[in-house]
Amino acid sequence: MGLYRDEAVVLRTHKLGEADRIVTLLTREHGQVRAVAKGVRRTMSKFGARLEPAMHVDLQLHTGRSLDIITQAETLHSYGDVLSGDYSKWTMANAVLETAERFTALVEEPALQQFLLVVGALRTLAESAYDPAMVLDAFLIRSLAVGGYAPSFDACSRCGAPGPHKWFSLAGGGSVCGECRPPATATPASETLTLLGNLMEGDWESAVASEARHQREAHGIVAAYLSWHLEHGLRSLPLVERT
Amino acid sequence: MYEGVVQDLIDELGRLPGVGPKSAQRIAFHILQADPVDVRRLVDVLREVKERVRFCSVCGNVAEEDQCRICRDGRRDHTVICVVEESKDVVAIEKTREFRGRYHVLGGAISPIEGIGPDNLRIKELMVRLADSDVTEVILATDPNLEGEATATYLARMLKPLGLRVTRLASGLPVGGDLEYADEVTLGRAFEGRRSFDH
Ligand SMILES: [Zn+2]
Ligand SMILES: [Zn+2]
Repeated sequence: MGLYRDEAVVLRTHKLGEADRIVTLLTREHGQVRAVAKGVRRTMSKFGARLEPAMHVDLQLHTGRSLDIITQAETLHSYGDVLSGDYSKWTMANAVLETAERFTALVEEPALQQFLLVVGALRTLAESAYDPAMVLDAFLIRSLAVGGYAPSFDACSRCGAPGPHKWFSLAGGGSVCGECRPPATATPASETLTLLGNLMEGDWESAVASEARHQREAHGIVAAYLSWHLEHGLRSLPLVERT
Repeated sequence: MYEGVVQDLIDELGRLPGVGPKSAQRIAFHILQADPVDVRRLVDVLREVKERVRFCSVCGNVAEEDQCRICRDGRRDHTVICVVEESKDVVAIEKTREFRGRYHVLGGAISPIEGIGPDNLRIKELMVRLADSDVTEVILATDPNLEGEATATYLARMLKPLGLRVTRLASGLPVGGDLEYADEVTLGRAFEGRRSFDH
């Protein structure tokens, strides 16, 4: 491929050698890419803060034997800079980045929808458009959906019988009817299921009208559903500070 | 793969930070070909450092006694504490000869994505240390990257109710560079931290 250009969000960085970093990127066109940023830890580096976590950048890369090399970087949006100034939002941004990393682990397989979700979530967090905790939950549910684990919050996930149903099953894929109900089910409030549906569909007007206790219950379900589907849970999720 | 103990050496070296498999192999063969006296000296210093060096009970810096050299020095200003991530940051700041106060070494930066939260660092120790002291200023000198920034943001919020003066090291343009190459975040910070030019 030689030299190529792409838009990316920085998911994570690792120190490499004396002054370099391995930067894990979620790109618009090439999916997850791990690339080397040479000399980036020197205070004189031309990259400056552009390759820090949660930065949205326009990159030029050079295909390498094992890892690509970042040759140029321009900032599109400094989301990371804004978010690191608010500790609670920074913890949420970390959960967004880690989730995206996990859902796009198959390197270089395009993941445009996941990329757009990450950019959208970081922008919404940075702009304080909605309650940050709900922004995170909406991102997590939609990432699950994009990853092929869309839970049902209405119709029975087993037989399709129209909902709403009383029971919710992690293993069963969401709402289940009385007939299909497997042994371990929860019975969340119907308002909670409505909220989860609203978050998945991006209906913010309805979502912001929900009560705090239903938001808390929704968060618990999202977190449980996520750890059910990811082999090991997210490291950042227990450290998220919900204000 | 090499036989037995050679491979063990390569594996051990490869676990060191910043040492990849190729470098590990290179170092291993350097050791194999080195003068036994040189290798003996390395072995001795490795053993000695693990036996003698520990962490200062006050600030967390590396120390050869219960307290580090800086904490034991009565001439250091007791009213100012400079918070850094690692012991090597203490060394870097000491070299400037600009700072006469004492330090607090956190042992890293907060990084939720790596599973490192406030409880994994020496933040509780800092709060205890400040509780009954004559400290009036805390300087937050975490790394000038976003994890360092988020750590400073967290600390500033914890320290605010104590009524101390909390300052952050100015970040700005690297001396020796061209303005046009500065990225937006660095340039923005440099504007925020500008100082009056009164000569
Ligand atoms: Zn059913
Ligand atoms: Zn000390």
